[in-house]
Amino acid sequence: MNLQPELLVYELSSPGRVGVALPDCDVPVTALPTALLRAELKLPELDELTVVRHFTRLSQKNFSIDTQYYPLGSCTMKYNPKVNEVAASLPGWRSTHPLVGAEFSQGAIELMYRLQDSLNKIGGFVAGSLQPAAGAHGELAGVLMIRAVQVARGQAQRTTMIVPDSAHGTNPATCTMAGMKVVTIASDSDGAIDLTALKAACNDSLAGIMITNPSTIGVFERNMKQIADIVHAAGGLVYGDGANMNAIAGILRPAELGIDVMHYNLHKTFSTPHGGGGPGVGYVGAAPSLADFLPGPIAVKDGNKFVMRQPAKSIGRLKAFYGNFGVLVRAYTYIRMLGGDGLRKMAENAVLNANYLKARLEKVYPVKYPRRCMHEFVAMGNFVDGIHTLDIAKRLIDYGFHPPTIYFPLIVPEALMIEPTETENKETLDAFVEVMLKIAEEARANPELLHDAPHHTPVGRLDEVSAARNPVLCYRG
Amino acid sequence: MPFIANTDADRKAMLDTIGVKSVDELFSDIPAVNRFPQLGLDKGLSELEVMREIESLAARNLSANNTAWFLGAGAYNHFIPAAVAALASRGEFLTAYTPYQPEVSQGTLQAIFEYQSMAGQLLGMDAVNASHYDGSTALAEAILMAYNLSADRHRILLPAALHPEYKEVLRTYFEAFEVELVEYGGTPKDGLKLLDDKTACLVAAYPDFEGRIHELSGVADAVHAAGGLFIVHADPIMLGLFKSPGELGADIVTAEGQALGNAMNYGGPFLGMMGVTQKLVRKMPGRLVGQTVDGQGRRGFVLTLSAREQHIRREKAVSNICSNQGLVMLMTTIYLELLGKNGLKQVAELCWHKAHYAAKELGKIPGCKVADGLFFKEFVVQTPRPAAEIAEQLERRGIVPGLPLVRYYKERSHELLVCVTEMATKAQIDLLASALKEVTA
Amino acid sequence: MNIDKNARYAASHEYALKAGDVFVVGISDHAQSALGDIVFVELPAVGKTFKQGEAFGVIESVKAASDVYLPMAGTITEVNGNLEADPALVNREPHGGGWLIKFKAANPADFNALLDAAAYETEAAKE
Repeated sequence: MNLQPELLVYELSSPGRVGVALPDCDVPVTALPTALLRAELKLPELDELTVVRHFTRLSQKNFSIDTQYYPLGSCTMKYNPKVNEVAASLPGWRSTHPLVGAEFSQGAIELMYRLQDSLNKIGGFVAGSLQPAAGAHGELAGVLMIRAVQVARGQAQRTTMIVPDSAHGTNPATCTMAGMKVVTIASDSDGAIDLTALKAACNDSLAGIMITNPSTIGVFERNMKQIADIVHAAGGLVYGDGANMNAIAGILRPAELGIDVMHYNLHKTFSTPHGGGGPGVGYVGAAPSLADFLPGPIAVKDGNKFVMRQPAKSIGRLKAFYGNFGVLVRAYTYIRMLGGDGLRKMAENAVLNANYLKARLEKVYPVKYPRRCMHEFVAMGNFVDGIHTLDIAKRLIDYGFHPPTIYFPLIVPEALMIEPTETENKETLDAFVEVMLKIAEEARANPELLHDAPHHTPVGRLDEVSAARNPVLCYRG
Repeated sequence: MPFIANTDADRKAMLDTIGVKSVDELFSDIPAVNRFPQLGLDKGLSELEVMREIESLAARNLSANNTAWFLGAGAYNHFIPAAVAALASRGEFLTAYTPYQPEVSQGTLQAIFEYQSMAGQLLGMDAVNASHYDGSTALAEAILMAYNLSADRHRILLPAALHPEYKEVLRTYFEAFEVELVEYGGTPKDGLKLLDDKTACLVAAYPDFEGRIHELSGVADAVHAAGGLFIVHADPIMLGLFKSPGELGADIVTAEGQALGNAMNYGGPFLGMMGVTQKLVRKMPGRLVGQTVDGQGRRGFVLTLSAREQHIRREKAVSNICSNQGLVMLMTTIYLELLGKNGLKQVAELCWHKAHYAAKELGKIPGCKVADGLFFKEFVVQTPRPAAEIAEQLERRGIVPGLPLVRYYKERSHELLVCVTEMATKAQIDLLASALKEVTA
Repeated sequence: MNIDKNARYAASHEYALKAGDVFVVGISDHAQSALGDIVFVELPAVGKTFKQGEAFGVIESVKAASDVYLPMAGTITEVNGNLEADPALVNREPHGGGWLIKFKAANPADFNALLDAAAYETEAAKE
């Protein structure tokens, strides 16, 4: 890591410098409307090399998959193949426009058609939309679809969504954005959905349920079919949150267990890079009764041609144009390289790696729900008085590992959520285990080492309280 | 398989440690009848084979690289310096997650802070978040913010000449709410007549979908006097030259940032920009990075004001947004730093001069008429023949003349929305004019 | 834990203290300690009316946000303006300068139904 302080771009700026040369104006000029022009624009002024060094040095202050093991639970930080990037940067994709007309973008529409088809087959859905730009955007699509179906059935009073307390925060937040009310149900002693609580929440205001399976504690919801049956019998619909699809792609088609509509994150399971926060894609797949309600337009085949078309009863558009197309090219490339067999191997090795880590760590790091895990598991970091999960996470950084997800899910105190992914080799997993065990010893012998961690980073633990009390959100020169 | 390292020997050793005999056993929680289906997908291919397939698909799209390009309408062909992709594609940026662990994410965090700082200047806002999915969802969330701020105000005033696909997005986002989306024709000043005590906000497009720049001075005061918020959706390239919406009194500004250093990419990934005034900061959606210090007093950056967000507030969060357009935002950050204040102004001036030259030339063609009014880089031309026919004819000759408005408005069959950026040369503009003259003669 | 013997408490950790013809509301020392460093307090407009147990504001720490509930039905008469610049007052002086709002009770007798200091102390100790 680059430990040297890096100045802010405004501090590197010097009046008169410019980092790009533009062509001279080759047309007769037209007078500008001076009264409407701005007096000043406070952007920095730098030459190209200064910008290049600035961002190169900044990049060296990041942990990333390309440089470090990154077992961040629920985020599926698998290797992002380089071929994806080459494929997505072809001029035929980068320099084409969403409004040129189908005839002049047949390659793009066909790729979307093929990707939809593959993703539909993976989940067992009859149709899907690639428009949502992220997992949460896919959730919004799904809940709006559930709402639209209920309205179409003459059941507009059904405005309640059941969300388990183990759910990702986007689930309840999505329900609110879709104009629905949230009923939270508690998990049972196994961390699974409590069937008694579920039945109690089923009434004639029920619109549906949001289920993450495998769940956020990393285990398969064994009662999935029964849960779907209960909800369907009560007039509700089942939304599947596919954040954890990496464990089951090629192993199980979720639609077969009664899921009506579901998103998967192409930036998790299908290897597109996280980019420090995005962009993602939240493909949404639908069972027959919901297919007409998908957001769109979606790619369809019309004779020998591919066209973009709005599903018959679509909830409408969720963004301008067709989705994060560049991300779609990456995901398509990945699926073509793996094929059906490769997808199954992907999930198998993801689950194998997670169970291996769990077997090696659980004697030292207690696991609240000790059932067999899928692609991830949730341990706890408070096995010594005075030591918290945060301390373990920060100490891992000193050893060159990105910490697991911490303090999520909320139903596990001091959670350490570990997801190895299938792309890590056994040597890396073993090295991680050794470090985790060493940190556990340090926690007893020398707790200060953990409390003060990390020691070898550009900055130590930062004052988040003053950042939130007196926010400084831009450079104040 | 290149992306899975485990060998059979590794698997055997790991299964022994776990205490199971086979990998299949790990999936015993999944009902046997549903386990291991035949997906019906093709077999996996080599990198060589996959690239051949992708290249042949990509080659079937019309590219701005080898045509005279005058199509905009929400996705813009601007110059992107080579350093943008070279830096943004570094694995340390590309393959990092959201910067939740600040000690090992200072690169991403400082880049976001620099973006917030520069975008704040450009939009004239006190705080800018770390991105939305695109301009349309940024606008939808801005309106949602205005709506949620006052329980009894449900009227939203929108320009009739807002991008038609943005309007569709707004209808989707607000379908479930008791919201009245009211369109005003003409200018934002005409929109003021529709203000009432139930109005949550008035939205102005700067410029509108047809490229027109409307007078905005005085609009903010009138909207504020009626108790509403003034939201402006802007073209960020134009702001290199023109007054910022903040200077014109906007409370919330949204923009489509694709034009700032990102390719057209068949419509995505794009960059939703949103900025707000100081008093709205704690109600705005999206991630924010703040400056602070560590225990030794060293400057550092963290995600802050998280109590607004879904992972903390759940159903009471201001938005469900989690993943955003981080990498696209990074490219815009690099672009803005390379261009700087003079470069961005120069790009805007080139757009202005070239677009106005093109409008003059097209206006000389018999039967063609350029719409009246002030514009920046886009304008509407009336054509003597159906514009869609003309466009198709010219596209076959390697000239993409613009957007036939019939795509969105059935009755506007003889109108073409033409966009001219710094990418167009005089020779290409002259070619467009002569070709248009020829096919309309 | 500091506790004001003159105040009465809700199980959701707000206290009410009689001050002339209005009541002062804040959160208990126990609650501020559980929340950690408070970074922002959102308070209602003066004149707004709330039912008993209805959320009237939000207290934010770095990693959490908690609604605060009015212990008795009433109308807000004053909010603590000092908290905007210094939300940490709630941490430092929960029973003093860190009060949140004052309100006029719809039915002042509701006060007697709240937990007294001893009962609240027992409740809070269970957590």
